[in-house]
Amino acid sequence: MKRSNTFFVCLLVLLTGFIASLVDVAIENGQVLPQAAESAELVSRLGLTDLALFTEARYTRHPSQADIHSAFQDHPVALEHFPTGSLLQPSNGSLP
Amino acid sequence: MITILRKQRYFIDYTLGTMMRHKGKSLGLLSVYTMIIFMLASVMLFSHAMRSEAVALLADSPEIIVQRIQAGRSVMVPAEYLQRIGKLRGVTEKRGRLWGYYYDPAVKANYTVMVSEQDNLSINDIVIGAGIARTRGLSVGDYLTLRSHEGKAFSFRVVRLLESESELISSDLLLISSVGYRRLFGIDESYYTDLVLSVRNPREIQKIAEKLTRLLPDSRPILRAEILRTYESLFSWRQGVMLILLLGSVLAFVIFAWDKASGLSAEERKEIGILKAVGWETGEVMRMKFWEGVIISLMAFLIGYLAAYLHVFYTSAGLFEPVLKGWSVLYPSFQLTPSVDGLQLATLFFFTVLPYTLATIVPVWRASITDPDLVMR
Amino acid sequence: MLIELTDVRKAFNQGKPNEFWAIQGITTQFEVNRISCLKGASGSGKTTLMSMIGCLSRPTSGRIRLQDRTISSLPERFLTQVRRHTFGFIFQRFNLIPGLSVVENIMLPAYPLGLKASSLRNRADRLLEQFLLADKSDNPVEWLSGGEAQRVAICRALINDPQILIADEPTANLDSRLSREFMALLDELSKSGKTVLISSHDPVVFDSPVVDRVVELEDGVMVAGET
Repeated sequence: MKRSNTFFVCLLVLLTGFIASLVDVAIENGQVLPQAAESAELVSRLGLTDLALFTEARYTRHPSQADIHSAFQDHPVALEHFPTGSLLQPSNGSLP
Repeated sequence: MITILRKQRYFIDYTLGTMMRHKGKSLGLLSVYTMIIFMLASVMLFSHAMRSEAVALLADSPEIIVQRIQAGRSVMVPAEYLQRIGKLRGVTEKRGRLWGYYYDPAVKANYTVMVSEQDNLSINDIVIGAGIARTRGLSVGDYLTLRSHEGKAFSFRVVRLLESESELISSDLLLISSVGYRRLFGIDESYYTDLVLSVRNPREIQKIAEKLTRLLPDSRPILRAEILRTYESLFSWRQGVMLILLLGSVLAFVIFAWDKASGLSAEERKEIGILKAVGWETGEVMRMKFWEGVIISLMAFLIGYLAAYLHVFYTSAGLFEPVLKGWSVLYPSFQLTPSVDGLQLATLFFFTVLPYTLATIVPVWRASITDPDLVMR
Repeated sequence: MLIELTDVRKAFNQGKPNEFWAIQGITTQFEVNRISCLKGASGSGKTTLMSMIGCLSRPTSGRIRLQDRTISSLPERFLTQVRRHTFGFIFQRFNLIPGLSVVENIMLPAYPLGLKASSLRNRADRLLEQFLLADKSDNPVEWLSGGEAQRVAICRALINDPQILIADEPTANLDSRLSREFMALLDELSKSGKTVLISSHDPVVFDSPVVDRVVELEDGVMVAGET
């Protein structure tokens, strides 16, 4: 029975961790963070439209402002040049 | 009832014993399996958290942005367009935005240069995002020299840094006065980059956009809904590199696991024979093997998921940084708010734990319905 | 009378070109509390016969009765039940499961019964004591000598307290001293009320004074040992 006990202890620890992660999610989402308010203020004040996550090219920095109608103009489905372009998808509405 | 539980416990004991016989192999399998789940769960958690973060952050982005398209390219919008729009019902505010990009050859980074009226900046003042400050090593009071459209060097004084908590949206921002912007890029008073319209009632947005295209035939309105949709589909499962990488590794694992789980060695075959000879039923042999599958896959799932959780939410998905960064120099440092999609988690569970467990049981079933007198021969 | 065989036949690969009749009509009885030995060269069919008696396989035709129950026609599920409670097996190559300790190997046949851990462990410890293995109980079975492995195999066969012990070529991997010791152990077990069935072509076994009856097989038929 020794082995199964070890296993059950491991399982218990892992399940506790699993539940702890879910509790963590609940707690973190429950509190309104001051920095969220700051970001929201910045977004509405400057009229920001995109995340500063991919800064390597125009169409990855501002994917929502990119243009699909113009031939040869930058767009996430243009022939890929920048690596992060493959992580982005244009909004469904702009696709044919 | 207790007897049944005790029986399962004996089976678990037994199967752990046989797994420990090939300690290296079992641990190797467990760690590869865990790694796969870690990768899958990391991608899953990260993309989900990033999507909800983006949608929450951009909830207040402009309702309508009007770009101008000339000869198929987006170009500066004449200021008189604001007058041509005139008074539209439902539009509470309209203004021109001035923004653009500046490539800084010193650090090979792209800045997003944007005019901020509310900051009341003088012509030589700028406010910079934390990413620029970090990359250029700037702090308040330092000077940043930018080259204008005529090739003249302008020195700007950093008067303020944007809060690093908002880095996910402001990391590469360089806020400047409108005079400074026009001087730097050589754009005169009569042009804006695009126009921003505020609309109170979201149901009117579509109507207003239609009116706009009639009023300004060369314009292209971008609605907030489209912006949000762009970010809702961010890192959707169909996308590029990640998918191919993951698919490759998952397939490799499936082959490996199938081979390991389904190919019964002569040794295992004999073991099943012994168990049947000493009085185990076919069902009991299978239950024992079922536990083997469950132990490996459940452990791998839990460890992999927990590691992914810590990775994504407590180390800012450090392993993905090179992928997300691409060739960009500026990369925001950010902390995602933990969020888990129950459905996604359940999907991951069923697509990892179940197939493996089945792959362990099926061949045992085939082997254990054969005559148990195998061991006597 | 305990075990009764009536015209038992067994074919392998029936209906195929390589059809082979391992047992070709055996009618006999084995009695309670005796040590009976099936003697014969390898290929004479003794292992096949033993596995049918031990409910490991079913005869192609004929009938095997155990006490007043016909076991030759039971479905597999019931065969397992009968096997679990009535028979203890000792195999030629001991067939211990590597990776498990001595005591775990001994408890193996009792796992599906779901007994209380402490009582099962007590039972195993008593057997280990009886067969002088108490100090080895937590060793892995790979560390055992041939004689010890054989005694562990006996302990395992006895854990569910069966009435009948079936030993298939039990001395094939033992030297003659250990073989004689093994026969002495069987004698003790027989005296304590077990019925023992051995198959062997080792003179140490079939010439042993403890064996009550020898049945000789040749090419699947009995050539000597009728009662």
